[in-house]
Amino acid sequence: MEHDANAVEAELTHGTAVPSGEGPIPLLQPAYFDNLIFWAVVALVAIYFILTKMALPRIGSTLATREGTISSDLSAAEALRTQARDAQAAYDKAVSDARAESNRIAQQTRDEIQAQLDTALAQADAQIEARAAQGARAVAEIQAQAQASVAEVARDAAREILRVMGGQVDEAAVDRAVAARVGG
Amino acid sequence: MEETAHEAVGLTFHPLDQFALTPLFGGGGADYNPPFYALTNATLWMALAVLGIFLLFVVSTRSRSVIPTRSQSVAELVYSFIRKMVDDVAGHDAGRFFPLILTLFLFILFTNFFGLLPMSFTATSHIAVTAVLGFGVFLFVTVLGFMLNGKKFLGLFWMTDAPLFLRPIIAVIELISYFVRPVSHSIRLAGNVMAGHTVIKVFAGFAQVAAISPFAILGVAAIYGIEILVAGIQAYVFTILTCVYLKDALHPGH
Repeated sequence: MEHDANAVEAELTHGTAVPSGEGPIPLLQPAYFDNLIFWAVVALVAIYFILTKMALPRIGSTLATREGTISSDLSAAEALRTQARDAQAAYDKAVSDARAESNRIAQQTRDEIQAQLDTALAQADAQIEARAAQGARAVAEIQAQAQASVAEVARDAAREILRVMGGQVDEAAVDRAVAARVGG
Repeated sequence: MEETAHEAVGLTFHPLDQFALTPLFGGGGADYNPPFYALTNATLWMALAVLGIFLLFVVSTRSRSVIPTRSQSVAELVYSFIRKMVDDVAGHDAGRFFPLILTLFLFILFTNFFGLLPMSFTATSHIAVTAVLGFGVFLFVTVLGFMLNGKKFLGLFWMTDAPLFLRPIIAVIELISYFVRPVSHSIRLAGNVMAGHTVIKVFAGFAQVAAISPFAILGVAAIYGIEILVAGIQAYVFTILTCVYLKDALHPGH
């Protein structure tokens, strides 16, 4: 009987080969507990030492280094920005100075040219006046000569007419008459 | 690992066989009773989790680059994530317990995710493993609470804000809830993981019937997707609850 019972039990446990059918399910199998607990503790201790001895100091220092690098980069960028702003201001000032200077030079040049122009205009006016006076004189001379010639011609013509008409030529009277008529 | 589909007649479901321990080097079976030091599939997959953590947190960070590589970035992301969680939930003076909490988080995260590989073994599906975590946290937090605060730690159960006649009743309720913590803490994790893995196997069992096998495979894929979420979320939940319990030990007066 004893032997039979053992055989049946052995067959039950071995023959199933399916723990879900007989006995406790694997998740509540007390036979597993010591093994699982032992290896879980080993794994946790291993992870803890990996983290505290190697990983965490390293990652912590990397993160701190990065933070330091970022903040120093940021302050360097801030300094560069200030520099750039100063440079911009200096450039603006240089540009406005140059503009004022160029305005000044342009004004000066303009004034000089104006002065030269005025002188040249005055000279030209003087020359023109001199020429005009000369011309007027020449015209007056020519007019006077023409006047004289007209009187001469008129006297000659009057004498000739008198002579042709057989009259007595009174030189003085002719001259007076012609002068009165011609106004020469 | 028993393959259910080999049995010729009818539907056979053995969704729980995946949780059985098997020795790494021969033997085993339904009545396998390993000594505590035996190398089992549980040993293998927990060792692989440790190896994965080592690769991610030690090997990938060895360059200490200011501009991180991809894996280094992942390690730093996890570090900062848990660091922030500890600071936010447990307080800034909890920083010295950060390695412990990160250990818990990484152990759960890696065993959960490695357990999702086909043919693998999920250590966190076993209540024995999660009880180590849950009761470990419970004992640690309780001892720490008494060491730091002495008798004032009992103020956690004695609500001075409540009317006097209610205080004993609240104290009883608080006491019960305090002692239920490690149980719920460990069963929540093991239950979630075990349930998902079992449902996947049940769907896989239905794939034995040709007519419904497409739906069964779809079901397996869908549950697998949910399991990926569960693997991360349960690690997160376990960790943040640990931080909450730690906060009680550090500041029992609320």
